[in-house]
Amino acid sequence: MAGLETHDLVKANGEVKVQKKRGPPTAQLNKEEAAALAKRQAEASRQYGRGRGIDTKSIKDKKIRGSLKALEERNKEAALKAKDAEILLENESGFLEPEGELEKTYKVQQDDLRSGVGVETAKKGFELKLDSMGPYTFDYTRNGRDLLLAGRKGHVATMDWRTGKLACELQLGETVRDAKWLHNNQYFAVAQKRNVYIYDHHGVEIHNLDNHVEVSHMEFLPYHFLLATIGNAGWLKWQDTSTGRLVMEVGTKQGTPTAFGQNPHNAIMHVGHQNGTVSLWSPNSTTPLVKMLCHHGPVRSLAMDREGRYMISTGQDKKMSVWDIRNYKPVHEYFLRQPGSSVAISDRNLTAVGWGTQTTIWKDLFSKHRSDISEQVKVQSPYMAWGGEGQTIERVRWCPFEDILGIGHNRGFSSVIVPGAGEPNFDALEQNPYENPKQRQEAEVNQLLNKLQPEMIALNPEFVGQLDRTSHAQRQAEKDLDRKSGVEAERERIEKLKNRGRGKNSSLRKYLRKKGNRNVVDEHKMRVLEMREEQAKRAKEVKEGRGVGELGPALARFGRRGGG
Amino acid sequence: MKIKALTRATSSYQAPGSDVARQPRNLDPALHPFERAREYTRALNATKLDRMFAAPFVAQLGRGHVDGVYKLAKDPNALDRFASGSGDGVLKVWDLPSRDEVWQTQAHENLVKGICWTHDKKLLSCGSDKTVKLSDPYNSTSGSAPLATWLGQGAFNGITRHRTEPVFAVSSSVISIYDVNRPSSTPTQTFSWPTSVDTITALALNQTETSILASCATDRSIVLYDLRTASPLHRSVLTLASNAISWNPMEAFNLAVANEDHNIYMFDMRNLSRALNIFKDHVSAVMDVEFSPTGEELVSASYDRSIRLWKRNEGHSRDIYHTKRMQRVFSCCWTPDNAYILSGSDDGNIRLWRSNASARSGVKSARQRQALEYSDALRNRYKHMPEIRRIARHRHVPKQVKKAGEIKGEELRSIKRREENERKHSKKGADKARRSDREKMVLATEK
Repeated sequence: MAGLETHDLVKANGEVKVQKKRGPPTAQLNKEEAAALAKRQAEASRQYGRGRGIDTKSIKDKKIRGSLKALEERNKEAALKAKDAEILLENESGFLEPEGELEKTYKVQQDDLRSGVGVETAKKGFELKLDSMGPYTFDYTRNGRDLLLAGRKGHVATMDWRTGKLACELQLGETVRDAKWLHNNQYFAVAQKRNVYIYDHHGVEIHNLDNHVEVSHMEFLPYHFLLATIGNAGWLKWQDTSTGRLVMEVGTKQGTPTAFGQNPHNAIMHVGHQNGTVSLWSPNSTTPLVKMLCHHGPVRSLAMDREGRYMISTGQDKKMSVWDIRNYKPVHEYFLRQPGSSVAISDRNLTAVGWGTQTTIWKDLFSKHRSDISEQVKVQSPYMAWGGEGQTIERVRWCPFEDILGIGHNRGFSSVIVPGAGEPNFDALEQNPYENPKQRQEAEVNQLLNKLQPEMIALNPEFVGQLDRTSHAQRQAEKDLDRKSGVEAERERIEKLKNRGRGKNSSLRKYLRKKGNRNVVDEHKMRVLEMREEQAKRAKEVKEGRGVGELGPALARFGRRGGG
Repeated sequence: MKIKALTRATSSYQAPGSDVARQPRNLDPALHPFERAREYTRALNATKLDRMFAAPFVAQLGRGHVDGVYKLAKDPNALDRFASGSGDGVLKVWDLPSRDEVWQTQAHENLVKGICWTHDKKLLSCGSDKTVKLSDPYNSTSGSAPLATWLGQGAFNGITRHRTEPVFAVSSSVISIYDVNRPSSTPTQTFSWPTSVDTITALALNQTETSILASCATDRSIVLYDLRTASPLHRSVLTLASNAISWNPMEAFNLAVANEDHNIYMFDMRNLSRALNIFKDHVSAVMDVEFSPTGEELVSASYDRSIRLWKRNEGHSRDIYHTKRMQRVFSCCWTPDNAYILSGSDDGNIRLWRSNASARSGVKSARQRQALEYSDALRNRYKHMPEIRRIARHRHVPKQVKKAGEIKGEELRSIKRREENERKHSKKGADKARRSDREKMVLATEK
């Protein structure tokens, strides 16, 4: 199967070739073939594999080894087949390439692009002048087909932006802080002055979520059907939009949040705070899973890439920093001339950052496989730029499956063409930008059937179905509510040591010999040393026979004499 | 500057005016987040659906018998013909597609103890009235006289036929081999274990190794005979008597015996001193057992009013079938297409069950078939997850059976505890070695 091309299988006239057998099925490959196959396998596993496989050689049990070997073989074959299926992908991603050294991609203007691309695509770059109700936030549906616009002063509109058809328009007459589509284009949530409201596609209010108070940021977790909100008081709330249950509410205890985002890979919520930290939250814990200090000063915005490997955050300190959120380490920092107000990462890892009146688009700020920080290069110049005409940028978001960047600002909304931003090949069973109503309905039913439970949200989403490797003893210990922890546990441990120290070669001494020779003098070591001294003193006393006198004349002969 | 932006034509995904939409796929893992969690959810749903669709009972055949149904036999040359014999000596032949009776006769004066079909589609039956009768249900009307009759010395208890030759074996206190073509003749051969004189309750000729015959008797023994040497081969005595024997049609050397001690034992005929597997779940004597045509599964009928289905390599049943009105089940058999099970019980009914409770027959569309295969694969992949395992394993069991199971478990535990205590407190030299459950029940083996 190595190096299989379409012309190997199909003749020019469309006739399907019958493959001749080269030898018996167990015939050895020649060297080049074997090398080519191995290379292809490695490539396929890297792209479509599910992490490192199991080392079957070290398994002793024959049955398990056999079944695991078969499993590994199947996984390998699946990766190879997925790689082969690439010939069915029909679109290629866009690009913007300079033809000489003097040409710079960041100098390309929207007018140049509009004339350079096809008419259909050129129409996708447009401006909506909405001067009076701004600044505008907005949201694309997950398939990128519909647009939800929300002006600060209460103007909310939804539209099929490709055809320019307005679906509904509302004048709410009160402050609107955020707006979000739910699982498809039939429902959307709007964070208004006091509560969050849910509207249907006609713009009819269908729910008032009155326990979400003064919400400033919202995110929707599509696979879990959870609407996550956070407001001025810093209470993070998850509401199940399919059942209406409030799944979890938790106070961040860090004051008013300044940034909010979801990691699309594991559905963890990232909250940026006034003090420059970003905390990671899941609905299964009342404390943050991780806290990272990202900026000096408030975090202004943050975004995660779709595979959950990197986070980009901007802060009031006029910096934009790239973080590896697999190990919570910084990759690089970039300076902005003004604090970045909004940041977004596209499907093909282009980063748009809006700062002041400008939007800058960066390419290759991080790369998927070069996980080692030393290998990540610092990018010298941006990929594209837009703005500088006096609009204050409120929000930037990429349109899924399109080379389009949406920018909401105080004068309305702009749709900007950015070649190379969107995922060219969509999976129609996952997200279909061209779905018809029937498909949408069917997809909704499927989504609901496959709804994930909030308990499945964890930093590593692959934990489901895996063996819990913590030992039985550990789990029992965790179950024990009376267990001692910290200082108390330490004390108990030392007590145990002390009681066992009877002989000359006491366990305390042994402990000190084994563990105490490190150059760290902490409380624990001090205590052990103290006890050791006490023990030695007691031993000496006995040896010198000072204890004999206390026994009295009758019993003195049973006392131990020194050197006796 | 080289510029290219993404462009797709809407019409290429659904041509205007057509209702056929193209659905391109992209297998990139980045486009499919939460893969594990979603698969697990689907597996859970599939398991729940599987249990929701579980409806094992299909129908009862015709109006059943007047007396209890003690024997069932399938015609090896047809998919749809079954014979049943009841306690009042009546034989009935059933047609499976119409689920109705096609032929019947009063064959015996007393219990019908054994039925089997010959390869020319005739029906042999034996009863406790000391006769074996041959009748022709395909070519005669109901109630017609038998084609041939053999008279024996004592009441007959079981009958089995040879795979290729026109020969059948019946058991009373000895095993007699008769020739089908010579009516009312004396037996051509008789076998018995030299030292045993008890009634032989069941016997089965191996249909692959065609000259091997297995039998079980009320003296608790299982005996193997070879027709070629006309001699018994092997005898082993279990703790309690066995009620039925079935050979594995795919692994000719394996046989299962239904035992009075509530268990089914699977033996290798080359080594009767140790069971290959013990099937434990019944709470009363097992009356009948049969291997499925694939040799992968077994069905057993029990005195506890239930039928259980087993996988060959697992120790506990994969399913239990029962109804409120089904009494003691005395016989069961698989249909030759592996899809259905027939059971005959004391209440005189013959019931038809699905061998896979949630399966449905009938033509399926490719999409449906694919979906079923996919959900099967998922269920198999996540079968170890606690919730899925719990849902997949849960069965409603009649109250009596459940209670009896609990009591039985308690008894077994106390016996075990007592043995352990004895072991702990007895002298060192005393022989108190633990014995494997698989060999415990074999009291003696002889050759």
